[in-house]
Amino acid sequence: MILNCENVSLSYDGRTVASDINFTVNAGDYLCILGENGSGKTTLINAILGLKKVAGGKLSYGEGVRAQNIGYLPQKQSSNADFPACVREIVRTGFLGKRGFRPYYSKEERERAENVMKTLGISDFAKKSMDELSGGQQKRVLLARALCSAEKLLILDEPTAALDPIVTEELYEMTKKLNHEEKIAVIMVSHDVAAATKYANRILHIKHEQLFFGSTEDYLETELAKAYLGGHGIDH
Amino acid sequence: MITEFFEYLQMDFALRALVVGVLLAVCASLLGVCLVPKRYSMIGDGLSHVGFGALAVASALGAAPLAVALPVVIIASFLLLRLRENGKIKGDSAIAMISAGALAVGVMIVSLSGSNTDLDGYMFGSLLSVTKADFVTAVVLFPIVIAVFAIFYTQIFAVSHDENFARATGMKANFYNTLLSVLVAVTIVIGMRLMGTLLISALIIFPSISAMRVCRSYFSTIITAVALSVISFLCGMVMSFAISTPIGASIVICNMICFFAMCLLGATVKKKRI
Repeated sequence: MILNCENVSLSYDGRTVASDINFTVNAGDYLCILGENGSGKTTLINAILGLKKVAGGKLSYGEGVRAQNIGYLPQKQSSNADFPACVREIVRTGFLGKRGFRPYYSKEERERAENVMKTLGISDFAKKSMDELSGGQQKRVLLARALCSAEKLLILDEPTAALDPIVTEELYEMTKKLNHEEKIAVIMVSHDVAAATKYANRILHIKHEQLFFGSTEDYLETELAKAYLGGHGIDH
Repeated sequence: MITEFFEYLQMDFALRALVVGVLLAVCASLLGVCLVPKRYSMIGDGLSHVGFGALAVASALGAAPLAVALPVVIIASFLLLRLRENGKIKGDSAIAMISAGALAVGVMIVSLSGSNTDLDGYMFGSLLSVTKADFVTAVVLFPIVIAVFAIFYTQIFAVSHDENFARATGMKANFYNTLLSVLVAVTIVIGMRLMGTLLISALIIFPSISAMRVCRSYFSTIITAVALSVISFLCGMVMSFAISTPIGASIVICNMICFFAMCLLGATVKKKRI
């Protein structure tokens, strides 16, 4: 078990945005959290990441899962565009949670960062700053950083927002590969129901309360999924 | 003229000014690289005014100046660096309010207590009249600031670059923010006695903003900022000696020249930054 969420309720500015959320993420799972804007998805992610306290219920990590081995891909980077930082420096910060108070990086970590950058095809930009990159390249930098910290769990918050269809597809494929080959559990927030049902094996659909949690197959049978997919279904 | 300058350095006060000034130039530029990219440029200015207020209170009470000013400025620094999270009052207006308020309190106390605090010295610094005690404080504390920064520089970078990610991956973001507040406060409180309330922020802002014209990485920005800061200080000191101008203003002028030079250089290497 990676993560367990029991009767969790969440509030934002004193308002309850979601309540009675129950789900479990097991090793190797690929969970997609679906819901419209303002349905409490990002608040839920922030609670899972420990950036926000839950208003009620219990959220617990499985054995051996700690913040230090979770990877996180935020919707957008939180610093200013002109922040002086090159790609390599940004990617390496993924290791810092694990390093604690030890200064700098070990040789092994520096090598791993180079490998991750190579895998994601951003080695050529290692010395560039973020504002010299396209939106898709920036996403890959943030994904590389997330992979440096992800050992057990990778959390992606609307990773494809503002990406063009080709880059979106690439990102989905990369995530699938990580989930399959590296056995990293994935939690992805999305409102792309078609992609979610194509890649994830578990679906959590929320709209202030839990509408559905279970396997993707079961989800596809629900009226909810049919409504969202516009009755067209999806091809596998 | 060069030989004359070296003869000038034979004098205690000039040598002390040189040592303390170089250390301050290094510390101020290091912290500038932490503050400027986060849009916290005016924090140096605000804190030096708080420091001025605190020093005025200390001298009116007959207390040791640094013992009062340091804790007060550390607290103010901590609060100002935390401002953006609360967001009720915007960061820039809060800094301006605290800055003007502390300055007013300081001036009121100085005038009411009738103490003969040298207002001019606090405003514009007195690098050439550094006392033995100030010299010792600076020579002890500035190297500590530099060392702490050097040890935790990757962590400080990560927390200032993306605090949410740092927290989410288990970094002790609060610890590093507090550490940064303390480093900023120490540098400003000691620095304002040397450079003056009005000029200390220039020393923090100019080197990093100049370095950001041409550098892409954080590391190169730090190195460039420190180099520019030290060069500007040395040129400013020589200038002040050669044409008898106030030393603080001379240093700021040199920093401005550096800034324009870096803008030109940045434009030629096609960096599209403002």
